[in-house]
Amino acid sequence: MRWRTDPLLVVEHLTMRFGGLVAVNDLTFQAGRGDITALIGPNGAGKTTVFNCVTGFYKPTEGRLALARVGAVSAADVEALTRSSNKHAITPTGELYLLERMPGNEIGWRARVARTFQNIRLFQGMTALENLMVAHHNTLMLASGFTVLGLFGAPSYRAAEAQAVERAKYWLDKIGLIDRADDSAGELPYGAQRRLEIARAMCTDPALLCLDEPAAGLNPRESMELNALLHSIRDDHKTSILLIEHDMSVVMQISDHVVVLDYGTKIADGTPDEVRNDPKVVAAYLGVADEEELASAEAEIGA
Amino acid sequence: MPAVSENGAGADFGVRLKDATAATVLTVLLCVPIILFHADADIDGVLQPIPRPWAVAIFALLAFFGRLAVHNFSAGATREAKPASRLWSVVRAAGAKYLPIVGLAALFLYPFVILMALGSGGSLKWVDTYGIQILIYVMLGWGLNIVVGLAGLLDLGYAAFYAVGAYSYALLATTFGLSFWVCLPLAGMLAALWGVMLGFPVLRLRGDYLAIVTLAFGEIIRTILVNWVSFTHGSAGIASIPKITFFGLRFADQPGGFDAFFHLDYSPLHGKMFLYYVILCLALITNVVSMRLRRLPIGRAWEALREDEIACRSLGVNTTNTKLTAFALGAFFGGLAGSFFAVRQGFISPESFTFSESATILAIVVLGGMGSQIGVAFAAVFLIGGFEMLRELDFLRAIMANGTGVFLICLVVAAFGIIRSRGLAVQVAIVAVGAVFALRAFHLLPDGIVDKFAMPEFDPAQYRGLLFGLAMVVMMVVRPRGFIATRAPSVFLKERKTVSGALVKEGHG
Repeated sequence: MRWRTDPLLVVEHLTMRFGGLVAVNDLTFQAGRGDITALIGPNGAGKTTVFNCVTGFYKPTEGRLALARVGAVSAADVEALTRSSNKHAITPTGELYLLERMPGNEIGWRARVARTFQNIRLFQGMTALENLMVAHHNTLMLASGFTVLGLFGAPSYRAAEAQAVERAKYWLDKIGLIDRADDSAGELPYGAQRRLEIARAMCTDPALLCLDEPAAGLNPRESMELNALLHSIRDDHKTSILLIEHDMSVVMQISDHVVVLDYGTKIADGTPDEVRNDPKVVAAYLGVADEEELASAEAEIGA
Repeated sequence: MPAVSENGAGADFGVRLKDATAATVLTVLLCVPIILFHADADIDGVLQPIPRPWAVAIFALLAFFGRLAVHNFSAGATREAKPASRLWSVVRAAGAKYLPIVGLAALFLYPFVILMALGSGGSLKWVDTYGIQILIYVMLGWGLNIVVGLAGLLDLGYAAFYAVGAYSYALLATTFGLSFWVCLPLAGMLAALWGVMLGFPVLRLRGDYLAIVTLAFGEIIRTILVNWVSFTHGSAGIASIPKITFFGLRFADQPGGFDAFFHLDYSPLHGKMFLYYVILCLALITNVVSMRLRRLPIGRAWEALREDEIACRSLGVNTTNTKLTAFALGAFFGGLAGSFFAVRQGFISPESFTFSESATILAIVVLGGMGSQIGVAFAAVFLIGGFEMLRELDFLRAIMANGTGVFLICLVVAAFGIIRSRGLAVQVAIVAVGAVFALRAFHLLPDGIVDKFAMPEFDPAQYRGLLFGLAMVVMMVVRPRGFIATRAPSVFLKERKTVSGALVKEGHG
């Protein structure tokens, strides 16, 4: 129940319209600090749209996305920040960000939300190591004095770069790609590319890691390894995870909290066990037996 | 199995024989009207047709055996890729290691070597056109490479920044009397400013749309230069731009000039040699800066931007600033080159900054291999040096003037066709052309026909556009990724493996 007691991300009344199409309709949910939160639902339920709103690729039509990056933040602080015109506030108890007010790159760098993509978006013509180095962009940019110091090879920059390489090596080792560090990302096998994308997101040192279908296209063994990797990210790196997944076995095994979407609306929210037995979820995924049941199910959903 | 293959070969031979016979018949049919009769004057001075069936027979035999030979040739032409020899890989490794040092030394010694070889008078052209001219384009290519090769932003209006740099120096020097060395950084900064001004409106554009807007930008700058007469002197251009000085010493035949100060005999070559070293240093600065930037976060962000802009944004890279710095830096170096151009020419007009200038610079970058520094340098030497070489080809002018050139071209086309073509009709036509050429070579063709092909006005330099286009087409067929088609990673753990060009994205914005 951490998502109630200590939420990292609070999504309130999130609505995203594309012309007449309502992709996400008045969605409210919370993602707990230190939780693996799964966002599931049938195709076209609006999961990726929620992701794109959280990571700044879309500007939500309505709603508030509050991220308490460090420490718990009270509802009063959130209200105060919402009334002001600021994007973020440092309260006595923590740091608060309103993601809907921030451009995508600031969400990555300041609010520390990292993401991967449904169709892998690696820098294919760059090596695995270079991919991870790009993830250190902002840190290295500061260390290189916005390029000026770096151009003259300042020792402080060299130290920072060596440190970044060390971090990259750590992650390459962790995902089992240390021997392929100097191969271009486009040459790696599919499963390795998926892992590399996660490692690249982790190199930005995120508070919240958003994974869009991380297990898609993986074989059972790779899927098991992925579960272990995600648990390690949650436990060893104190990074909370928000993931979209179709593979129910993965979802049920690793998530602490499941939010179910259907037609842009939340139909269930709870632990994996609660969600599994929810009739609305079953109806959304498997369809319903007859018209009467459908009508009652729709009435319950409010569709 | 052997029986089958023998059988196949036998049937194959029959087919070839039939084909060769058909070719012979066609050749005879073609030869009868063309070469059977030879016109010669009789005692009364009247032209009489003199039959020479032996000539037809020669060509019939040539066609028959030639055709058979072509079949054999193409059958045995399945080439196997040879594994790279050990020696070659050693040579390559040594080349990669010492090339920069040897190349640098060669570039710095070049004017003196030329001077010693050709003397003061003969070497002027080699230092000026083949040295300075090419180096300007090397520098422009390296500058544009930042925008197109690294950041992947297709820029068709690069000459605009070149123009801004040139006019900055020309106007600052003629109006305020500022020296070149003061104006050089100013010109670069003004060009960079214009780079940012171009960058802002095109931030959201990619690929073709970006290319169109940059093209328009280049034309806008040129049109302003033409029409704002009170400021730029319009199409008349700016003349008598102050020449370069060596710590205040002018390169002129006068007391207090460079030559007098160093007690040298006056030679215009000294000024040119100084200009050569100036542009060499400017080009090397461009190169060193862009090579260093590639290993800095900004350079990696440029390349990442070329690969995937969306992924860049998700990693917290500020894509706006990244694009603007690429535009600004590319423009900065373009501006430096422009200001050098102005000081070298002493006269500039909007004529020098047309679209074809942008296209040439872009062609250098594409031909060299986008993102490759050494490739761009080679491409500049090849293209610009090649253009200049066309002016030197006196022998070409001579053979075109007496008509032999056309037949030579026919022979080249025939040779190419025999190697590559499969169709019967094509080969027969080729044989016919070859026959005509052979007749010409043996002086069997009446001079009247040869004279018809004489091109006394022929000037190879007039064909530079055609040759340029042909070179680009051939390049795109043979090496679509440019001379250097691989990318060297900016950082590595164990070994620097080059990345195949097939994986690297091209400049599509």
